[in-house]
Amino acid sequence: MWTHGLGNTRAARRPSPERRTVPRVNWRPGSGLESLRQRAKLLARLRQFFSERGVLEVETPLLASAGITDPSIESLTVERGVSIGEQRQRFLQTSPEYAMKRLLAAYGEPIFQIAKAFRDGEAGSRHNPEFSLLEWYRPGFDHHQLIAEVGELLCYCLGERPVQKYSYRQLFLQRLQLDPFVATADELKAVAELHIDTGGLSGDRDLWLDLLMSHVLEPMLGTKEICFIYDYPASQAALSVVVRDADVFVGQRFEVYVDGMELANGYCELTDGQEQRKRFEQDNAVRRQRDQPERPVDEQLMAALAHGLPACSGVALGIDRLLMLVTGASDIRDVLSFDWTRS
Amino acid sequence: MANYSTNEFRSGLKVMLDGDPCSILDNELVKPGKGQAFSRVKLRNLKTGRQWERTFKSGESLEGADVMDRTMEYLYTDGEFWYFMEPDTFEQFQADAAAVADAHLWLKEQDRCDVTLFNGTPLVVAPPNFVELEITETDPGLKGDTATGGTKPATLSTGAVVKVPLFLSQGEVIRVDTRTGEYQSRASSKS
Repeated sequence: MWTHGLGNTRAARRPSPERRTVPRVNWRPGSGLESLRQRAKLLARLRQFFSERGVLEVETPLLASAGITDPSIESLTVERGVSIGEQRQRFLQTSPEYAMKRLLAAYGEPIFQIAKAFRDGEAGSRHNPEFSLLEWYRPGFDHHQLIAEVGELLCYCLGERPVQKYSYRQLFLQRLQLDPFVATADELKAVAELHIDTGGLSGDRDLWLDLLMSHVLEPMLGTKEICFIYDYPASQAALSVVVRDADVFVGQRFEVYVDGMELANGYCELTDGQEQRKRFEQDNAVRRQRDQPERPVDEQLMAALAHGLPACSGVALGIDRLLMLVTGASDIRDVLSFDWTRS
Repeated sequence: MANYSTNEFRSGLKVMLDGDPCSILDNELVKPGKGQAFSRVKLRNLKTGRQWERTFKSGESLEGADVMDRTMEYLYTDGEFWYFMEPDTFEQFQADAAAVADAHLWLKEQDRCDVTLFNGTPLVVAPPNFVELEITETDPGLKGDTATGGTKPATLSTGAVVKVPLFLSQGEVIRVDTRTGEYQSRASSKS
């Protein structure tokens, strides 16, 4: 566009009196330039890590025809648009998991993706409704092999740190003298109430386990190390394989904690389509009970599982939180150019 | 009053909890990797002043509390109640000893105070940050002693006792920080 030759002088830049009456709008980014540079560097490093290991970078659609059944995760939906059509909605992905599993069923290659994911209602010092995920899948890996690789990736990004591994059961026994597989809801509640004012909170065993994990145990995990927790109660298996371990059933799932912050969640992936459908239907039963909208089962994923998903492990890691650790930020808003309130 | 869900909890929102009005100071989403989301909420009980944290299930709701902060003029006390007036409407309110609490030590007629109303009744009275009060009793002043830094107790017209420099005498008006109960200076002019 053509502008006056004096456009760059100080006088020309001074806002006109009319402009000064415009209400003040906060257009500025929430993070500094240094944080943007650190993000760019971190993304390059993540890509380098996978490139060296022959893991293929992929992209999958952000707007999917099916949402997520997990009652603890709510999709953001898109309802308007010529392409979407009437009587239908599309879901912004809460993670690229289902589409990536379809790629795995089709090609069986190790793959990774750096993608935006969206979760309604999740905003705070460690959550933003729109966030960046690193998700990757390793055909032929069990969850312990993937745990080892996650440890290597974190050391690659954060510098060398010792790695610790506890089973979920060991962790509860050691830190709370509670067996999370056999303690009753009342026993778990009694221990929770020693640490937290829970008011009139009521719920099943999983509610109390989640409360103890997130409020009491998580803050202690990974101070100066990388801490993995693995083999969760079967009721918290999510999309992981459930196996018998001595006297109990465990979900082959793991979580990673660094400096008291949860960074990643991974599974030895469930490949049994029938079992998968059963879990989706259980999720929807819980949704009905809690008056949440039911979510249709992703039939494209079901068809891919019926075709055959290779035995594999996969993990999703929060890039914004990893960047918090790299930069020393204590609030996720400090590492986002425009957090939810500015976007 | 309306109900507020945890995702509407903002700093400053007033809610009813265990029968008492409370002010929300902070609300943090806490979620394990998978599973239930919780809201860890920092609250202040407006009656007792106690601050603490309580955890709610995300999506739970609490009833709003009818709490309003007003600036009012202090009128007088009859020994049982303290009377305040809203300067715009001339509406008068009586506050009991529980609402006034220690603020009575700093209440001077016609001073403006912050009065928190709960269901239309004073719940908490906060005096101005600085008040000017007359010394009604203290040891005789040591003229010229402005340098030694020594102090002595002085009783003020409201009954409050504060430490003042040695050179001050009975009848003088001083400025006090009501938040710390500390002497600040001589008042600029006698009131």
